[in-house]
Amino acid sequence: MLRQVEGSRAVADAVARCRPQVIAAYPISPQTHIVEALSDLVRTGELAPCEYLMVESEFGALSACIGASAAGARAYTATASQGLLFMAEAIPNASGLGLPVVMTVANRAIGAPINIWNDHSDAMSQRDAGWIQLFAESNQEAVDLHVQAFVLAERLSLPVMVCMDGFVLTHAVEEVDVPEQDVVDSLLPPFVPRQVLDPAAPVTIGAMVGPEAFTEVKYLAAVQQLRALEEIPVVAEEFTRATGRTSGGLVSRYRTDDAETVVVAMGSVLGSVKDVVDELREDGVRIGAVTVTCFRPWPTDEVREALAGVERVIVLNRAFSVGSGTMLGQDVRLTLTTRAPSPATVPAPATVVHDVVAGLGGRPVTRDSIRALVAAVLGGEVDPDRLHFLDLDRSLLEGEDLTPAAKDAR
Amino acid sequence: MTEPELPFAITLGPGTSRADLTGSWRTERATYVTRQAPCGNACPAGEAVRDWLYDAEEGDAGYERAWRRIVEVNPFPAVMGRVCYHPCETSCNRGQLDESVGINSVERFLGDRALELGWPLPPVAAPSGRRVLVVGAGPAGLSAAYHLARLGHAVTVKEAEDRPGGMMRWGIPRYRLPRPVLDAEVQRILDLGVRLELGVRVDDLAATLAAEHFDAALVAIGAQIGKRAYIPAGSAAHVMDAVTVLHGLEAGERPLLGRRVAVYGGGNTAIDTARTARRLGAADALVVYRRTRDRMPAHESEVREAEEEGVRFRWLSTIGDVEEGAITVEQMELDDTGFPRPTGHTEVLAADSVVLALGQDSDLSLLAGLDQVDLRSGVVHTSPALMTGQPGVFAAGDVTTGERSVTVAIGHGRTAARHLDDWLSGLAPAPEPPAELAAFDMLNTWYYEDAPRSHRPRLELVRRQSTFEEVVEGLDADNALYEARRCMSCGTCFSCDNCVAVCPDNAVVSLGMPGSYAIDLDYCKGCGICVAECPCGAIEMVPEQI
Amino acid sequence: MTTDLKLYQIGTFAAGNRLLDPDERSVQADPGRANAITSGHRACQGCGEALGARFVLDAAIRAAGGDIVTANATGCLEVFSTPYPESAWQLAWVHSLFGNVAAVASGIAAALKAQGREHVRVVAQAGDGGTVDIGLGCLSGMFERNDDVLFVCYDNQGYMNTGVQRSGATPPAARTATTKPVGAEPGNVFGQGKDLPRIAMAHEIPYVATATVADLRDLERKVEKAMSMHGARYLHVLVPCPLGWASASQDTIRLARLATQSGLFPVFEAEHGVVTATTPIRQRVPVEDYLVLQGRFSHLFGEHGRPDVVARIQAGADHNIARYALAPDPEVVPHD
Repeated sequence: MLRQVEGSRAVADAVARCRPQVIAAYPISPQTHIVEALSDLVRTGELAPCEYLMVESEFGALSACIGASAAGARAYTATASQGLLFMAEAIPNASGLGLPVVMTVANRAIGAPINIWNDHSDAMSQRDAGWIQLFAESNQEAVDLHVQAFVLAERLSLPVMVCMDGFVLTHAVEEVDVPEQDVVDSLLPPFVPRQVLDPAAPVTIGAMVGPEAFTEVKYLAAVQQLRALEEIPVVAEEFTRATGRTSGGLVSRYRTDDAETVVVAMGSVLGSVKDVVDELREDGVRIGAVTVTCFRPWPTDEVREALAGVERVIVLNRAFSVGSGTMLGQDVRLTLTTRAPSPATVPAPATVVHDVVAGLGGRPVTRDSIRALVAAVLGGEVDPDRLHFLDLDRSLLEGEDLTPAAKDAR
Repeated sequence: MTEPELPFAITLGPGTSRADLTGSWRTERATYVTRQAPCGNACPAGEAVRDWLYDAEEGDAGYERAWRRIVEVNPFPAVMGRVCYHPCETSCNRGQLDESVGINSVERFLGDRALELGWPLPPVAAPSGRRVLVVGAGPAGLSAAYHLARLGHAVTVKEAEDRPGGMMRWGIPRYRLPRPVLDAEVQRILDLGVRLELGVRVDDLAATLAAEHFDAALVAIGAQIGKRAYIPAGSAAHVMDAVTVLHGLEAGERPLLGRRVAVYGGGNTAIDTARTARRLGAADALVVYRRTRDRMPAHESEVREAEEEGVRFRWLSTIGDVEEGAITVEQMELDDTGFPRPTGHTEVLAADSVVLALGQDSDLSLLAGLDQVDLRSGVVHTSPALMTGQPGVFAAGDVTTGERSVTVAIGHGRTAARHLDDWLSGLAPAPEPPAELAAFDMLNTWYYEDAPRSHRPRLELVRRQSTFEEVVEGLDADNALYEARRCMSCGTCFSCDNCVAVCPDNAVVSLGMPGSYAIDLDYCKGCGICVAECPCGAIEMVPEQI
Repeated sequence: MTTDLKLYQIGTFAAGNRLLDPDERSVQADPGRANAITSGHRACQGCGEALGARFVLDAAIRAAGGDIVTANATGCLEVFSTPYPESAWQLAWVHSLFGNVAAVASGIAAALKAQGREHVRVVAQAGDGGTVDIGLGCLSGMFERNDDVLFVCYDNQGYMNTGVQRSGATPPAARTATTKPVGAEPGNVFGQGKDLPRIAMAHEIPYVATATVADLRDLERKVEKAMSMHGARYLHVLVPCPLGWASASQDTIRLARLATQSGLFPVFEAEHGVVTATTPIRQRVPVEDYLVLQGRFSHLFGEHGRPDVVARIQAGADHNIARYALAPDPEVVPHD
């Protein structure tokens, strides 16, 4: 049933219908409306049986979820930005222990300088932590991804991070359909843990592993992560069958069939990107867009296939690795330069990747900016060897020493 | 959940560490030991004191087991519980903690309980066909007779007096050893089949052995002849010897000691005589001794009880002259070696009689026909196995060299019996393996409860000065149990389970039965905590052969 | 076999006592004890923590009828018990991180409640570093929320697993790898360190207690009492470390005993923030008796010793004795 609802509330309702048994969270903008709503649902008894732990930190929040999950409970938390960093030690621990915790990250910049607004720096910083990372393009997808996240997590015994843009999505009120309880129940059976703290069948969870087996443990983790690339489309298909709605998956393409230029991005910016694609298509520009929904594990084959034969790729990432490029851009570039599994999918040898960092710390990525970016790229004004900062306001930097720039220094 | 389903390496099955035999780290291993307890080590009778206390600690059925352990070596627990000067208590490690365990009082409790409930002595072995003569029915003779009878030998005890007991009867006053107790414990021995001939003095042992075809003999005739010292005495002076006084009293005589009695000597007999004099009505009983109190051979408790009863003491004094109604004493002083020497200062004291308690000699005439027996200095010299120079003739008790006490005599009797049995069997005396002593510093006394000693009540003073009723009363059952449980079990396990508890490696396993533990060497890392925390010093570390 | 007599030779000082009925003996004296941590673990010889953990968990298992799950912080206890492929644990056990064990335990407790399995009880355990330092945030949260967890700190007074560095629980003057006996104030500084039992009491949680491996019966009784209660409970157990304290392996229990008998480690219980019971000193000793057995204090003795520092440590012990009324006359210190 479609209703006008704030994204956070919609996500809270979706999470509640996934019947979490333990929720542990610490408030941080812009995640707060989600956990406030869940707190309400637990206190009123609408969400029961469920324990809500108001912990003393994000570190405590994820740690409590780790404990709860190890005890066989479905566990959920939500955070953002500094909070995600504050729980950083526990993030790879949850994945390393194979505990299917689901966490919402209401994406926000990380400081300093402190900034509460949206970008993807927080989630990008944890891309190597062994979690499945899904990025929602809209509030509807955020809702849908949470349901799928629990299914995936428990099937794979891996934690899943559902990323939704802070404020842009979390605080946006729009029409959203939250799947009904029976629909969610049909998709998400009760949690059957792979390992559980049970006095009747005691096991030691979290042993110390030395050089003799650590590599093998990590190899198995890598194998398990890659299984998600098979499972995510399956779950998305099941979801579509249950709801009639297409949501999730690994990668989605928008008007890429004959595209010479493709914009690759994650999250809510895709709405503007697609609008620009439509506008430019009307102008005769052969352009399309690719949405990366699953950033981790990285869907190499799907991205390669989506970009096959494309002359140029513009990667828009709301985060970057200082001193290098964007994380998304690096993965795209790598995908396009490695060997393909079959000759049919070999990309045109000279696909040019323009790596663009955009929308940091809440700066809007407008259609005008995107259009201008595409025009600049097509006009050869953007050096593909340099990281491009979209909408850099040079007037603010007057008087700052900007030399040596990275390329000039070479 | 079965193990293969567990995530690889990060999740492990329970208790799998037992595959890792960490005992290989060890350079020393813990080992259970049994050390000799000081009490048993000190007991002249050879009682395994700690071990019978262990049984007594249980109370009820444990009492009989305790008593049976005692009578394995000593058939006189009730007597010993009264007259022994308990070197066990003197050496008791608990004395270094608070007060020694009242072992003697527990022994008496057990001895009395056995008499009360009629517990029989253990049965004798099948007849050996050998005949053994025991001369003298004192503690040494009767103890030997008991053990010889148990070994299956036909034992005849010949006793010159008309009643058995020796010094237990004729030397120790009734207020210390009531006669029904003595009679009952003697009778229990006779009930085993020991033949006792009373009023039979053996004058010529060689002749008796030949005439009556004994295979071996034990001379245990004691020492009943009071030593006489030369003291100038007037014709009217009333001088007696202590042995005669005490013997006469026991025989029903009433010695005429007068109101003021001086006893000369510092041994237990002197004290017995002075205390007896008080009971016989002497207003003043004075013990004159040539050395100081701390050098007195008499037992401290006897001296203390005597003082309580009004006996006076004059230390560092000798009696130089005795006249009617008066004695002259000379003040002594100790020289550098602690030996008393005269000072020349004299004093005249009033005394109606003087009793000499200067020690006793034996009448060794029965051995005159046996040339190979060494009788120098008026005592019988023996081998360590208590055999005299005459093969098959053994000697025990006061007649031999060494300390003279009932306890020593009882121990002698047992030792002599064992060696006599070996001799009859043609066996060489088996040396006893030396055992390490459980010293106080081997104990961890933290674990023992704070437990002050329960002293035996004593007969009220006024009655002690006028009657021969027993002075020291027995413990009641609760106090006896309490006292037994003060035992620290030095040198042997008493099942406290500490070792099982304190091992960080779970390498001490309880085998089920109390006190039966084993070190699991697969896992013992040799840390030594079990040794340090064993209350009683029953575990030690021994180096591994590496 | 037994009688009403009050004195039992060793009474309840030792683990067992043949004169007591089996159910009156300690859990450790029970041949059927759980052995929550079993043989083959890699703890050093004479490890107090291995001992303390077994004492505590076996008692907790008995008290809970076997329904125990445990969360363990990073540290010696975790490392020596679970090196792949072998685990010494025989109960349900999880290790996550160094500083989060209280939160992990809270999560487990919450899970059990949501699952309707509240008969299963949760014990969290950590060393002093994981408790008073890096773990304090999560622990304070667990206390403040009154989560149904028994948190046990095995206090060996330093970061032993990483090579004996100073923790917030390291005593004054002690030598560690980061507080060497050099300079004018050798060893650890005075006036610092966290008294976590008192911090716990400030949260007014249902139960706080201290104990040592030297008094098994007391420790087991406190575990049993803690397990009879719900909500946040804290047990602080002193566990000497032969490695970090540079003491003889056989002295582990002796040192714990001397720590209590000198007054340096007060043994008490508190409920809802109020001290309800203390264990009086039985055989009072000067702090020297305790210090001199430990290499970490060896710079205080000998030719270049520091009697002034020893006197300051004694003053600390006296302060404890007065604060908790551990001895009849706290001013009088016996000297051998």
